[in-house]
Amino acid sequence: MIPTSFEYVRAGSMREALAAIAGAEGVKVIAGGHSLLPVMKFRLAQPARLIDISRIAELKGITPRGKGARIGAGVTYREILESEILQERFPILHEVTHTIGDLQVRNRGTIGGSLAHADPASDMPSVMLALDATINLRSKRGKRAVRAREFFKGAFVTELAEDELITDIIVPSLPPGAGTSYTSFEQAASGYAIVGASAVIARKRGTISHAVLALNGVGEMAFLVPGADSLVGARGEAAELDRVAGGAADGIEITGDIHAPADYRRHLTAVIARRALDTALQRAR
Amino acid sequence: MKRSVILNVNRIARTVEVEPRSLLVHVLRDDLNLTGTHIGCDTSQCGACTVLIDGQAVKSCTQLAVQVEGMDITTIEGLAPSGALHPMQNAFWEKHGLQCGFCTPGMIMTAVDFLGSNPDPTDDEIRHAIEGNYCRCTGYQNIVLAIRTAAEVMRAQSAAGQPTSEPAGESTQRSPLPAAEPAGAGV
Amino acid sequence: MTTLFGSGIKRREDPRLITGTATYTDDIKLPGLTYAAILRSPYAHARITRVDVSAARAAPGVIAVYTGADIKDKVAPVPCAWNVPNCDLKIPAHPLLAHDKVRYVGDGVALVIAETRAQARDAIDLMDVDYDVLEGNVDPEKMTRAGAPQLHDDVPNNLAFTWVVAGGDANKAFDGAEVTVKERIVQQRVIPTAMECRAAVASYNKAMGQLTLWVTSQNPHIHRFLCSVMLQIPEHKIRVISPEVGGGFGSKIPAYPDEALVSFAAMDLGRPVKWAEDRSENFKTTIHGRDHIEYVELCGTKDGQITGLRTTVYAGMGAYASTAGPGIPTILHGLIYPGPYTIPNVLGTIRGVYTAGAPIDAYRGAGRPEASYLLERLMDVYARKIGMDPFELRRKNFIAKDKFPYTTCTGLTYDSGDYNIAMDKALTMIDVPAFRQEQAEAKKQGRRLGLGMVSYIEICGLGPSQVAGAVGFGGGLYDSAIVRVYPTGVVRVYIGAKPHGQGEETTFAQIVADEFGYPVENIEVLSGDTDNTAQGWGTYGSRSTAVCGSAVKIAAQRVKEKAKKIAAHLMEANEADLEWNDGKYSVRGSPDQAKTFAEVALMANLAWNMPAGVEPGLEATAFFDPSNFVYPFGTHICTVEVDEATGLVTVLRYIAVDDCGPLINPMIVEGQVHGGIVQGLGEALWEIAVYDESGQLLTGSMMDYAIPKASQIPHLETAHTHTPSPVNPLGIKGVGEAGTISSAACLVNAVVDALSDYGITHIDKPLTPSRVWAAIQSARQHGNGSANGNGAAIGTNGAVKENGR
Repeated sequence: MIPTSFEYVRAGSMREALAAIAGAEGVKVIAGGHSLLPVMKFRLAQPARLIDISRIAELKGITPRGKGARIGAGVTYREILESEILQERFPILHEVTHTIGDLQVRNRGTIGGSLAHADPASDMPSVMLALDATINLRSKRGKRAVRAREFFKGAFVTELAEDELITDIIVPSLPPGAGTSYTSFEQAASGYAIVGASAVIARKRGTISHAVLALNGVGEMAFLVPGADSLVGARGEAAELDRVAGGAADGIEITGDIHAPADYRRHLTAVIARRALDTALQRAR
Repeated sequence: MKRSVILNVNRIARTVEVEPRSLLVHVLRDDLNLTGTHIGCDTSQCGACTVLIDGQAVKSCTQLAVQVEGMDITTIEGLAPSGALHPMQNAFWEKHGLQCGFCTPGMIMTAVDFLGSNPDPTDDEIRHAIEGNYCRCTGYQNIVLAIRTAAEVMRAQSAAGQPTSEPAGESTQRSPLPAAEPAGAGV
Repeated sequence: MTTLFGSGIKRREDPRLITGTATYTDDIKLPGLTYAAILRSPYAHARITRVDVSAARAAPGVIAVYTGADIKDKVAPVPCAWNVPNCDLKIPAHPLLAHDKVRYVGDGVALVIAETRAQARDAIDLMDVDYDVLEGNVDPEKMTRAGAPQLHDDVPNNLAFTWVVAGGDANKAFDGAEVTVKERIVQQRVIPTAMECRAAVASYNKAMGQLTLWVTSQNPHIHRFLCSVMLQIPEHKIRVISPEVGGGFGSKIPAYPDEALVSFAAMDLGRPVKWAEDRSENFKTTIHGRDHIEYVELCGTKDGQITGLRTTVYAGMGAYASTAGPGIPTILHGLIYPGPYTIPNVLGTIRGVYTAGAPIDAYRGAGRPEASYLLERLMDVYARKIGMDPFELRRKNFIAKDKFPYTTCTGLTYDSGDYNIAMDKALTMIDVPAFRQEQAEAKKQGRRLGLGMVSYIEICGLGPSQVAGAVGFGGGLYDSAIVRVYPTGVVRVYIGAKPHGQGEETTFAQIVADEFGYPVENIEVLSGDTDNTAQGWGTYGSRSTAVCGSAVKIAAQRVKEKAKKIAAHLMEANEADLEWNDGKYSVRGSPDQAKTFAEVALMANLAWNMPAGVEPGLEATAFFDPSNFVYPFGTHICTVEVDEATGLVTVLRYIAVDDCGPLINPMIVEGQVHGGIVQGLGEALWEIAVYDESGQLLTGSMMDYAIPKASQIPHLETAHTHTPSPVNPLGIKGVGEAGTISSAACLVNAVVDALSDYGITHIDKPLTPSRVWAAIQSARQHGNGSANGNGAAIGTNGAVKENGR
């Protein structure tokens, strides 16, 4: 397994990186490399030029921002797991990251790389949707901020333009006392989610005041379940959760594969969504 | 086009001429003759190629050599000083944590990184930690036992302020497994 | 002196393995080494209409390119070495590179040799081949039907053979039976997935006409012979070295085109050539295992006495007959149908079928797991139908311990056994009534628990050479050892077996150490080089210790007999007055007069003072050919929880009691059992090679083919009973395959137990969540059947199938 030949450029700064990708043909950006290198080894991707952004200091670091957090695009999963700020403020990030890849992959893979790759099965995008994160992009043309909820456009397709890089992710604070859960059902070989569900639920005096549910692995991209809103004002009774979970994939075209035929995946979506909602509700204070 | 890259491998700065597309694992094996790092899959899953990069376990089949220029790389050959064994190596030997041995170097490197951040793990935590290292021979049971044993030894050594390797060499020390029942006892 | 036999000493092979200093085939470097890559067919079945390799030939670093047409007159096809008799076996030609047709995805089309790995790989992309694509199919049942694609012109209906095993009168037994149970069982294709892929390095000394081939082999002598056939050079001009081997599980037994291609190129070019397989290449081209579609039925009385077993099996051979391929679903499968039970009437019809997939050959257990699986599944269906406890049903039908040696209706003679003791012991490790209570309680809370069990036997210690000849195996099944004592008393043992993880460098050293009264450090066991070792037949079929270990013991005893003569002479004593104590010969009655083994070794090698008529030196060669196979046995029990909502199966406990005779090194035996069980659990829960209808392999990487991971496996609870075999001097029975032979059926039995009140009698493995869920759905749709064995059986695609034919 050897990739085709390419030219390699290690960018020392954002400026260098943005200059290198602007207007160039056949360029791919590499950070941890755990999404890109396997496809290059199979020669399914044959870039002419690889821009390595893994050593750009500006892409690093996890810092508090208000009651939320800023996560650099180049932050590895391991750094997420080791971050006390994130653990305290967004336990769902810890929970999801623990399920991603394996120890070695978590040492190398980056949050920005995962979001830019936009694998429909990948875990992080649905969490970003549930947390209503904002993804900051930059190019030579300028900067822009895109909500995660607008960022994913399809399987392996995002809002990211060819000359843009993700710089960081802003995660806003959660409603006070919110309970969160990332629940997934993994394919036995790859460990990728057949279905993953991210839920955030807050309660006020016994009534649900905030409810978000996002799914990955189900359709061609991670998506927010519109029906989750309807839980606001409800008490979170079993029938209410059943209704939301049961309809979570309504209107979504689900394709089957050798691991999960379409009818099974549709059924599993309801089960996993239900479990995520249940856990989040239990965790809500 | 080849370029000259310096890699700090097992505490020695090595200059290698590599193509940008050269995978770290190929450079280690083919250029530096460090064949203890193995290749077991194409898809970054089996972990046979695991090495430590700046102390963290990484699958060297999913790294370009140029990406790790200037970084500290430790392979199985450099885990312990020459002629000595790391407690993890010793525990794998002691607890029969290997059969064909092909996955073993990668397994050991992952386990070393893991114990660095979790020195007193449960068996479930160990099993989760080595999810990215496949073994087809052992059924993992003695690998888990070996890692738990190494953890105990390393905690004891660290409490006593000792270094983490000991002299290599064979011994006939009996394994702590129960002795066989007599032949034909037919219990 | 304590004996080392029975002692769990640390392995002597480990220091090199844990330090990364062991040498596997792909680690070998030679001056002037070149690298090979192979262009492989992207189609399952196609006619090659044009091959253009001119661009590849002109590419940087490329030394040579060979197409199938270039080499077809210079090399012979890959031989099949198991010519099963008493059937119409057809073995079509398997060219090293396809020149007219390709017959599976991965079939070799062209070979390139280049200066570097990367250049060889790059050249592959420059080759241009036109194919006339034909229909491909890998389903062994469908491939026999009218209108199926015809893979080989000389094999009508793709039918490789029809082979029948018959004992008693099964048809009569079924005609008059009180109870009959039937199932259609699919034993899916699985991929062996040794962690080390295959590799070969060939070097040719033109002046000597001598080829040296390093190859990932479980049996270098067999590879030497088969390569001599393919390359058409005499066997003594080939030296095969199998260095460190990273697991095999059967997949490194066969001869493949690849090592012959590398050898051919090395001879043609005069430069050494290396080829190392990628994992995706491995999944496509290294042999697969199992692949049976079975129609099976069992009959008996209402009170649980089995009277007959009948099967019709479609056994996939893959595209070509691999080295041992035809022998596996026949000799190694049908003959063992009665298992540990007194089944008086058996009729099995096995149809070997060529299909457009990777060749099928030995995979851990090879034919015997398939037999044990179908029998133990039927036993549970039968038990449920007559309302009998599954343990009791087995006990009722066990061959009694006083009946050994026992000859089955299929003609095998079991060496020794006491099947009840293994079951008794297993039942001390789990409280079955308590579990049944827990199961009932759990069900009230909507949780489904299940308990499964199997009793098994297997044919191991392959085997008597006379039998090998009679069943058409193209080789002997004895093995050999040379025990050589050096002047300083250190010992080297050269063996014909080829351990690749089984730890025989340690266990065989223990055997010799005990004979010589030595510490094990004085003994070194070497294998894998055909120039060092006498003829041997390799490591597979749980044979190495029973057969080769026996040769080691006999050779050591011969050395010791000679040493005794020399010791007696040196002490001027009568040989009959010598006794052996604490590693010394001493004269009975005067213990101060003694010679250690090392002292005798020195004198034997110096030969200053030898007894009359005794040759100098101290070494012996032994060839051991057992008088029979050995038949290990055991009982395994497991408990599971099935999550009805997702179909997920979680293994709660796994208990294994195996009887492989006395244990030389219990630690190593445990390791073999662990690995075997987990491999069987992988087959039961996750592993399946999926081809689409056109013959494309959909599980082409570890992203889609799931071998067990540490986090998916429970802690295993193991124990042993010890019934020695009379057929070899060690009493050993073999253990390498035991776990795999039993665990798949054990797990499936447990899951079916958990779901039995749905009327589910069978679900085909692997019991992936989607399959289990589909089984529950379809059983629910068809109403809650009673547990009488007439319920739904769930086939490969989750659709309900009618029972039986």
